[in-house]
Amino acid sequence: MSKVLMKGNEAVGAAAIKAGCKCFFGYPITPSSEIPEYISRKLPEAGGVFLQAESEIAAINMVYGAGGAGARCMTASSSPGISLKQEGITYAAGAEIPCVIVNMMRGGPGLGSIQPSQADYYQSTRGGGNGDYRTLCYAPSSIQELVDYVMLAFDKADYYRNPVLIAADGMIGQIMEAVEFKEPEPIELPPKDWATTGTGGKRKPNVVNSLYLQAEELQEHNKRLEKKYKIMEENEVRYEAFGLEDAEVVCVAYGTTSRIVKSAIKQAQAKGIKVGMIRPITIWPYPYDVFKEIGPNAKGILGVEMSTGQLLDDIKIGIAGRLPVYFNGTQGGMVPTPGSILADIEKIAGGTK
Amino acid sequence: MTIVYEKSKGLTDTPFHYCPGCTHGVIHKLVAESLVELGVLDDAIGVAPVGCSVLAYNYFNCDMQEAAHGRAPAVATGIKRVHPDKVVFSYQGDGDLASIGTAEIVHAAHRGEKITTIFVNNAIYGMTGGQMAPTTLVGQKTTTSPFGRDENHCGKPIRIAEMLATIDGAKFVERVTVDTPANIRKAKKAIKRAFECQIKGEGFAIVEVLSTCPTNWGFTPLKALEWLRDNMIPYYPIGNFRDFGEGK
Repeated sequence: MSKVLMKGNEAVGAAAIKAGCKCFFGYPITPSSEIPEYISRKLPEAGGVFLQAESEIAAINMVYGAGGAGARCMTASSSPGISLKQEGITYAAGAEIPCVIVNMMRGGPGLGSIQPSQADYYQSTRGGGNGDYRTLCYAPSSIQELVDYVMLAFDKADYYRNPVLIAADGMIGQIMEAVEFKEPEPIELPPKDWATTGTGGKRKPNVVNSLYLQAEELQEHNKRLEKKYKIMEENEVRYEAFGLEDAEVVCVAYGTTSRIVKSAIKQAQAKGIKVGMIRPITIWPYPYDVFKEIGPNAKGILGVEMSTGQLLDDIKIGIAGRLPVYFNGTQGGMVPTPGSILADIEKIAGGTK
Repeated sequence: MTIVYEKSKGLTDTPFHYCPGCTHGVIHKLVAESLVELGVLDDAIGVAPVGCSVLAYNYFNCDMQEAAHGRAPAVATGIKRVHPDKVVFSYQGDGDLASIGTAEIVHAAHRGEKITTIFVNNAIYGMTGGQMAPTTLVGQKTTTSPFGRDENHCGKPIRIAEMLATIDGAKFVERVTVDTPANIRKAKKAIKRAFECQIKGEGFAIVEVLSTCPTNWGFTPLKALEWLRDNMIPYYPIGNFRDFGEGK
């Protein structure tokens, strides 16, 4: 199929429909409103249902109902709206309801700003809701990746019976790029024989639920979920990495920031500095193991993020104290410049050669 | 041998956990019988709330989802939009529906969502140990209104049926009670009608059922029924507020 030029938010909608999403429940918020706008036009044609909910809370609970009833379903929002959805996400994780949640991150805390941000990293990777649960989380850095991972997210959600997050930043939602809609590798999905579809008088009632009043039963449920999360950790880690073996400096960044870092790396290489890069594509599960490939010449790691440094925790776990970890970041909707990143790379490398 | 009475097929064999004298059991029975009599039990999908009836998913003999506190109408909306041909209902208490879930119930009604809500109003939070509800009567003592509900401090109790009856999408709204056999029969009629409203595709339907909480009211079951009659019915009048068949 040929490429089409699409805005990130609209591409999310197109990818979801392509992936067989049958229900979208959402509430408008900048900078992700084009997602419900696009889907409200296109999903009915595809035989699906778009419904604008009265709140983000209602939207995610509609997703809970629809997902529990066996449909591929989705909601999307931006940071403050995603905070409101945390209740529904932990319930969906607890009741093992497959669903896809897209976050076009904007500045925070609170109402923050409407400009791009990556300050929901903790919320996305540590779980913003209550209890022991994990959500697979993709952090795309281009519209192509956004489309690919939205489509894949539906399969993974069904495969694992788990909510899957897309943590993109407002920049990814708002820019336009050429994309191609490729069918994801077909994977065998388990039948949704647990869903509430009406018994039809042919089977015992299905119950979709996250309540286990007996401590022993809840512990057993938690252990079963933990096992599932371990399988995700083993099989679902995705990243891009280059130049680690002989790097003097290794940069770590994801999403929009990773693209700026790549520009800075080119400039540093032109100055003769060897710079490697780790770009997590899944921010949970995290590519900790790839940090072992960093060679002996490395002097430090530079994390770059549109936040005050939330990604540093994972970098520190990955590098396990072997190297000093530095941070270059912007907040409030400001975007880092290649120049400032280059300056940090030079500093860590010990000056221009 | 002639069977003169048996448990509804709409209920499972799981024994209720409800306190002695609590009328949840009667209301469960009426819902279950209605589903069976309308021939829709096998097509029914219910949504349980958070509160005393949190375990309703163990009792109704149909597919069930457990919702977060107050969110049952949103969950039911999600289910109904996926399965428009199924009969979807939420079963909610007054803390769940009239307090934390007011937005969800108002907007389900406002959209004319084709679901049926059974709203059990016992003027108190039962599950958490007898705290004040939005439906607690003025002067009523609870564990969080130990000197009696003061209307100047926290307002007068909210009348949900009257409020929802102002919304166009709500096509059937009735308040009933289950304090006497006669009223139980009337309640059953209303619950069946509320399901018919959905089956006929008319719109949103709700039955508010005045219910007792002997444990947290601190009364015997019989005294609790008396208290309901003497105190709740005067403030929460029984009757139909809207019926799709009567153009109300």
